[in-house]
Amino acid sequence: MVDAVQQTWMPGLAGERARRSGIQRLLRRRSTIAFAMCVPLIVIIAGLVAYPALYAIYLSMLNRAQTRFIGLGNFTFLLSRDVFWMVVEQAVIFTGFAVAFKALIGLITAHLINNLPVKGQRKWRGMLLVPWVIPLALSSLGWWWLFDPTHSAFNWLIAAFGGQEIPWLSDPYWARFSVILVNVWYGSPFFLIMYLAALKSVPEQLYEAAAIDGASAWQKFRHITLPMMRNIIAITVLFSLIVTFANFDIVQIMTAGGPRNMTHVFATYAFMLGIKSGDIPLGASVSLFMLPLLAIAAVFILRGVRKRGREIG
Amino acid sequence: MTAAALAAPAPPRRRSSLSRNRRWALITSYVFLVLFAIFFLVPPYYMIVTSLKTDAEVAHMATNPWIIADGVTFDQFKLLFTDTDFLIYFKNTAIVTLCVVAITMVVSVLAAFSLGRMKFWGSSVLAAGIFLTYLVPDTLLFIPLFQIVRSLGLLNSYWGMVLVYPTLTVPFCTWIMIGYFQSIPKELDEAALIDGAGHMQMLLKIFIPVALPGIIAATIFAFTVSWAAFVYPLAFLYSSDQQVLTVGTVQSLIRADVYKWGMLMAGALVAAAPPLVIYAFLMDYYIAGLTAGATKG
Repeated sequence: MVDAVQQTWMPGLAGERARRSGIQRLLRRRSTIAFAMCVPLIVIIAGLVAYPALYAIYLSMLNRAQTRFIGLGNFTFLLSRDVFWMVVEQAVIFTGFAVAFKALIGLITAHLINNLPVKGQRKWRGMLLVPWVIPLALSSLGWWWLFDPTHSAFNWLIAAFGGQEIPWLSDPYWARFSVILVNVWYGSPFFLIMYLAALKSVPEQLYEAAAIDGASAWQKFRHITLPMMRNIIAITVLFSLIVTFANFDIVQIMTAGGPRNMTHVFATYAFMLGIKSGDIPLGASVSLFMLPLLAIAAVFILRGVRKRGREIG
Repeated sequence: MTAAALAAPAPPRRRSSLSRNRRWALITSYVFLVLFAIFFLVPPYYMIVTSLKTDAEVAHMATNPWIIADGVTFDQFKLLFTDTDFLIYFKNTAIVTLCVVAITMVVSVLAAFSLGRMKFWGSSVLAAGIFLTYLVPDTLLFIPLFQIVRSLGLLNSYWGMVLVYPTLTVPFCTWIMIGYFQSIPKELDEAALIDGAGHMQMLLKIFIPVALPGIIAATIFAFTVSWAAFVYPLAFLYSSDQQVLTVGTVQSLIRADVYKWGMLMAGALVAAAPPLVIYAFLMDYYIAGLTAGATKG
């Protein structure tokens, strides 16, 4: 490849014919070089994403010892288990609530920051993005400590105000609440940044025109901001749906799926079955259940990104 | 709109006298922002406070946990560095991250240059495919990759991480680099071609310098993602000498039944420091990389 790259096209050496064949050679060589430059990428994508994904499908159809082909046996087994349906339920609750609150908090904070004088915006933006920058595994550990059953600093505050202590991680429903809370804490800054960028791209003249027409703040938001940001909101929400649905760190660290398997999401359940209990085929089948939702979201995102690409041209 | 434009400060607003309404809007904005800032900063604050306390104070339940009453101590950090394998984890993470960032940047810059500038048969399909691979989460791939890594004999070796982390970084970095390269005017490469530059020269002498902000953003992304990766090391690494920071701090520092929370928080803070430092100094690039994914087409 290096040799091919070193050679350069020498224009106009021996008349028109030479030039034309030179151009043809250039085109040929150009596309060859272009392809060669993509080879490492193709190797990585094919070897480490596409092949494992297909391999997962194959694995999911084997028995536990991986000696016998059992067709859809793992899938029917999962569908007959109560725990699996609880995982489905929790994954939907977790994703739904977390994404909704992240989108809401992101939208509110983006507007609040946008209201400030331009000079102060940077400082606030920098401060509110901190949760996103700390590696999630480490901040989850910090949250776990905040929720610690005997030393919980939240419970100390609640007790100081005369309230009842909350079993943050030992009661199944509070545990569900807690993992969602941490996900909202971690993911809201991402929405904030995306929305803030989108807000900046709305032309100021639109608001001025609306102000002249006597529009209220809510009307400006409803009829200018929201339509202008619709696309970026959609893309961000879909992105977040995928990431939240596939989330692993928070639940694994804070509850490891407990109490009574009530906080398991697909990723942690697959980890428990596949790696911890060593039933790799069953774990692979669990993680494959994520695929349909991911595929649907992916199609919509790709459409949205393309559309936005055309809009901003 | 380019990501660079997104990161740039907004044009100065029309200076108008603050009417009473406007002032009230500003005050409410500040009040709510302070509330949100408290929500966002409570965990890091509490982690710092805990890491600076003595074990006795951490265990003592009657005093206010939100403040340091018995005086600041750095014993937890000292213990962390002398008494645990933390520095080994740090070294392993640094090696893995540096290798992954280098691999990612070489692979994605080459591919993005090719896909963004030099079309070939199937290049647009490949570009869409890259975006789709970015959307495939690691939690879907870790089980088959476990089998693959094991069959390669790389289980429980941090070199296995160097092999699998690029699945997290390469697709997104390529995707945003394509956008940056496409935003460079065509005239530049025509001028270079006329001057007799080869493709490699064109990439090294023109595209990389001009797209430097994008390259910095992509590098930061690759760095933070590799530094924070959790699923793969948790599934593939189990002995202390091969462990990386995230799993090492969360799992291995926890000894027996006694949780040494002061030291754990000290470990979490030191482990989180490199991404935070980079963020503090390169916030604009960081944010540009974040927003580029959805605004590039």
